[in-house]
Amino acid sequence: MVSFRFDPVTLPASTLALRDEVRAFLAEELAAGRFTPHRNSWGTFDAEFSRRCGERGFIGMRWPQRYGGREASALDRHVVIEEMLAAGAPVGAHWIADRQSGNNILANGSEAARASILPRIAAGECYFAIGMSEPDSGSDLASVGMRATRTDGGWRLNGTKIWTSVAHRAHYLIALARTAPPGDDRRAGLTQFIVAIDAANGVTTRPIHNLYGAHEFNEVLFEDTFVPDDMIVGEIGAGWQMVTGELAFERSGPDRILSTFQLLRQLVARLAETADARSNVAVGRLVAHLVTLRQMSWSVAGMLERGASPELEASVVKDVGTAFEQEIPEIARLLVPEQASLTRGDLYGEALAQSVLSAPCFTIRGGTREILRGIIARGLGLR
Amino acid sequence: MSTVDPNNDAGGDELRDMVLDAAGRLFADRVGRELWQATEAGEFPRGDWDALVEMGLPRALRAEADGGAGLALADGLALAELAGHHALPLPLAETLVGNHLRAGLDGGVDDGVVTLAAADSRLQLRRVGNGWRVDGALDRIAWGRHAAYVIADGDADGAPQRVLLAADDLDWRHDASLAGEPRDSARLADAPVLAAADCPVHTPTVQHWGALLRALQAAGAMRRALALATDYANERRQFGRPIARFQAVQQQLAAMAGEVATAGTAAEAAARAIAADRDAALMIAIGKARVGEAAGRSAAIAHQVLAAMGFTQEHELQYFTRRLWSWRDEFGAEPHWQAIIGEHAIAAGGDGLWPLVSGL
Repeated sequence: MVSFRFDPVTLPASTLALRDEVRAFLAEELAAGRFTPHRNSWGTFDAEFSRRCGERGFIGMRWPQRYGGREASALDRHVVIEEMLAAGAPVGAHWIADRQSGNNILANGSEAARASILPRIAAGECYFAIGMSEPDSGSDLASVGMRATRTDGGWRLNGTKIWTSVAHRAHYLIALARTAPPGDDRRAGLTQFIVAIDAANGVTTRPIHNLYGAHEFNEVLFEDTFVPDDMIVGEIGAGWQMVTGELAFERSGPDRILSTFQLLRQLVARLAETADARSNVAVGRLVAHLVTLRQMSWSVAGMLERGASPELEASVVKDVGTAFEQEIPEIARLLVPEQASLTRGDLYGEALAQSVLSAPCFTIRGGTREILRGIIARGLGLR
Repeated sequence: MSTVDPNNDAGGDELRDMVLDAAGRLFADRVGRELWQATEAGEFPRGDWDALVEMGLPRALRAEADGGAGLALADGLALAELAGHHALPLPLAETLVGNHLRAGLDGGVDDGVVTLAAADSRLQLRRVGNGWRVDGALDRIAWGRHAAYVIADGDADGAPQRVLLAADDLDWRHDASLAGEPRDSARLADAPVLAAADCPVHTPTVQHWGALLRALQAAGAMRRALALATDYANERRQFGRPIARFQAVQQQLAAMAGEVATAGTAAEAAARAIAADRDAALMIAIGKARVGEAAGRSAAIAHQVLAAMGFTQEHELQYFTRRLWSWRDEFGAEPHWQAIIGEHAIAAGGDGLWPLVSGL
């Protein structure tokens, strides 16, 4: 039986210094009124903020300098995104490109793709969406129906992607498409393509409004969309391995722990005058969870830094972390006798409303709880 | 996040691995149904205790000059996790830390059992001549009747003290934990004190040390319960296939794995904090609170998977789960520690919350 190890990491002085640097930047941004702490940090699109992050070297940090990076460690990157999320900074524009698309292109893309795209991502000017899910392909990703057919100098894509966050404002998405029919191994024959989101090239984006009326995700239609050969990511037919590798980056970060941190912060502020034994116990419990989850998330960053593939550990962090994120509004509402409201204009009520309304998606996006537990069960030797 | 790596010494790693390997083999050889049942029947298995003493485990944290192994604190505490993983029915964890604390009290060490006084046993000390006398009650002390010494939190006119008491003269009232281990009580009236030392506010109390041990032991026992449950799920066949093939079972065990991994992380972080003398009191509070919660959930899932078989005397799961149910309550159950953490967080305020959390 596999037992999961979450070895501690030791933060070097340079990482701690970087934490101070990010805090100073965020304090400056706040003081200048350039952002207000958002309830939904990585769901908030702000291109100007992303450009300023790019100027400071806070995007694509681990990449080589020739692609606009600073060759920083996974720990350095972790400290930057953790601080951004804890402050409620609007990091949504560059989030996907920084978290996964850019890493994927660096590891598996052509030199042309790296040279033309990565420096723009690092500058905070180029944004990505994820082209995995389809109307008939959610958790069962290997069933994707988007077809890619060979043509002169490239491929033509036909099909539909869905739940594509920020596609209406992103420059590219990485689409997972079928380049060969499914054989005995249904995970074979899938390939990833970098696709410019360009109406003139047959890409149509349609909004899908979420349950509280926000336009974050989309349906994206592809009609004979041309993708040149140098925008293929990795080997033809090897898309599945890359997608699952990418998920270790997607599943273990502070974004799977801190989605409702702004509410916890407002709750703690609100309890300053009224705390009693019951609220102390409830808040203490949440803080104990948060501190421990942070240790686990940092541990996975340490494994990524050492070049390990902590897919199982990442799944554990996301499963436990997203349950914690969902619990915060459920507990807060029992401690403060105040109704959630998006519109009344007080910070606590807004944070509660935003958290209640967005909580269902935490255990869906990036792999449902059930899929994650299936991966963990496989790691335990149960399937 | 720890900024100190207590394991950065290669020689120390080798010593730790050697001690843990040897201890693991000894536990595997000796711990089983026979030993569990003997201790539950009230017997103190002297031969098994002597084997631990012979290996030097109870004084592993003491200097070599004191007959110890000179093990680093974080490494020695890993013995508590290992003892929990084997459900060792002997007071090794208590004596290991007791001997460590004794170095700062009377400086002595011998082969006797040292135990730690639990939560509500704060004793009142009085100066008499050059020494102290003590009044109070020792409540549900682990292995009390078999102990040579008790180390307890005391109070001398408002000044927190740590005290060393002789245990063998006490009139112990026998009781037992849910796992059938001795948990004995005694009254102290004008009783002698072997040694006392100041225990400044914000430094770990005896209760903190006990809570840390129970967190580590429980993390180890949960790790074992998960292994027992996954093995059973792969062997037990129903509806023509191993029950591990059913998603309902897989999902439950995956959830348990998350609890077990979280508990291990929390307990080890607390051990590192006390070894590095950094935020130890708060990290132990966090560790005990988080492990206690995970212990209940893990035990419940393991029993659901093992069904009727796990509910019998025959299956060994119960030796682990009954300890989990005891340990989560001892030296302070979750609300005791959560309240302390919560007070700390609320005092830090909304804007101070992240600096507090990220500084740990």
